[in-house]
Amino acid sequence: MKHMVARLKKVKRFTILTHVLGWAVSLIWIIPFLGIFMASIRPLPEILNGWWNFETFNPTLRGYIDAWNHPTAPLSGALLNSLIVTIPATFIPIFIAALGAYAFARFRFPTRDLLFFAIVLLQTIPQQMVIIPIFNLVIRVGLWNNYIGLILVHTAFALPWQILFLRNFFSTLPVEVEEAALIDGASYFKIFYKIVLPLTLPALASLTALQFVWVWNDFFFALVLISSPELRVTTQAIAVMKGRLFIDWPVITAASIIGMIMPIAIYVALQRYYVRGIVAGAVKG
Amino acid sequence: MRRRRLVPLLFLTPALLLLVIFVLFPVVNTVYLSLLNQEGEFTGLSNYAELFGRENFWNPQYLLEGKPPPYGALIHNGVWILIHLPLSLFFGLLLAVLLREVKGGAIIKSAIFLGMVIPLIVGGMLLRFIYDERAGIVNAFLRLVGLGDLAITWTAFPQTVLFALILGTVWIWTGFAMIVYSAGLEGIPVELFEAAKIDGASRWQAFRHITIPMLRPSTIIVVTMTILWELKIFDMVWIVQQGGPGGASMVMAVLMYLEAFLYIPSNFGTASAIATLLTVMTFGFAAYMVYLMVKS
Repeated sequence: MKHMVARLKKVKRFTILTHVLGWAVSLIWIIPFLGIFMASIRPLPEILNGWWNFETFNPTLRGYIDAWNHPTAPLSGALLNSLIVTIPATFIPIFIAALGAYAFARFRFPTRDLLFFAIVLLQTIPQQMVIIPIFNLVIRVGLWNNYIGLILVHTAFALPWQILFLRNFFSTLPVEVEEAALIDGASYFKIFYKIVLPLTLPALASLTALQFVWVWNDFFFALVLISSPELRVTTQAIAVMKGRLFIDWPVITAASIIGMIMPIAIYVALQRYYVRGIVAGAVKG
Repeated sequence: MRRRRLVPLLFLTPALLLLVIFVLFPVVNTVYLSLLNQEGEFTGLSNYAELFGRENFWNPQYLLEGKPPPYGALIHNGVWILIHLPLSLFFGLLLAVLLREVKGGAIIKSAIFLGMVIPLIVGGMLLRFIYDERAGIVNAFLRLVGLGDLAITWTAFPQTVLFALILGTVWIWTGFAMIVYSAGLEGIPVELFEAAKIDGASRWQAFRHITIPMLRPSTIIVVTMTILWELKIFDMVWIVQQGGPGGASMVMAVLMYLEAFLYIPSNFGTASAIATLLTVMTFGFAAYMVYLMVKS
């Protein structure tokens, strides 16, 4: 009995320790987010006095209003621009990657494995490695400072990891249904569209979540390929708002919060698929 | 039969076309550009040789003499890996193991993972904010523990900017290691721990001899991805100081951008050489990790 109590005490101490440590570390991780939120709703002097001080507390939406109507980088326009780029740059590559991945999963053709391996290798190419020739190319064909160029680049860059991810997924689907449909005279494209894609929805949800967040968050491609102030996407607008010497904290923190709402919303809504994709290695380097 | 042969080609054409135009051709072209000088003449590896003679790319002298940065972009990326990678693995594993036992752990994990979801531009702003001399929580903490004399804007000085940013990326990226390790932990059969317990193994022994080896595939994924990010880091460094002050936070991706698109005249040859070196490194690491993964 005494032994049991001692043991219980030991277990309890361990549990308390893990809880205290767990919550403490988590607090460290969450405080900066709390900080920019507080900064975004308080006037600059109060922020410089420390957002954790509440001797004076005059909440204001000035930061949000000024970020929204910023003279050189208004978020009102930048958010819309980000959507105009992100939505097609999310769905076009997924569709094209699904077509390609299906060919790799279901057909035998010469050089198939070699080709697949080559595409997978392209996954690790850094953006810096392609940007100069792409810059030269889009200027020559008139797609510089144009969303079509940016969307095409995002599409191509997404294909290697999406093809890998989807081929692995297709390989787990049973072929019998597709074979039966083929015997019934359905075309390959119809089988792909009517039978395979609906079964692929969970994988497509993972890809949608990851690709949307990736494109929305991208800064480098947009920085090089888009230059007009009125065409700037959200990440560019936030970068412009940060002055070199003077930083208007309410504006920049409000802009940061607005800029992260969309990816966080996607993450929260599709969390299961998002995490599944990440764990399956579907992360852009 | 002929038709069947055409079908995979039709399915593959859009992907192949885009990959050739926007990835494969640019890669080859960048390698080629790295061998040309400003006038477009072929000069072999002279751009590479010249890079290693430049202080903003390769400056080991300061490091050897124990001086503060700049050590050059290449060394800064290396320092990034040396400091960030172990910390990221340690905290990722610690949090994954801890939060499994903690009530509300799933919510905490989601919150920690936010760093992986927000734009890195915003992540950089967050770092600039927490390190601010007056508005930053880091200095508030220093004042609280009586080290108020040390309060500075940590990202504004060459002595501190690199290390401040590196620690900041630990905060931002640990969520990735944590989530991958969490998934790995779920995959370890409970029977193993029960058997160990019956054999009288302590918690630590079980962790050391069951958990760690069983998590090897997760570790390989985390190490690979993290090294790739550390090599390619751009957004956060750019928004905070654009590689400054005085090149003290210069990294390869930022230097490449400056050479190609900001400095006048632009220097595509040097920028391409940096990009090529960066790619060789990422390829090398990725290939080595794939080899380890296949081997185990």
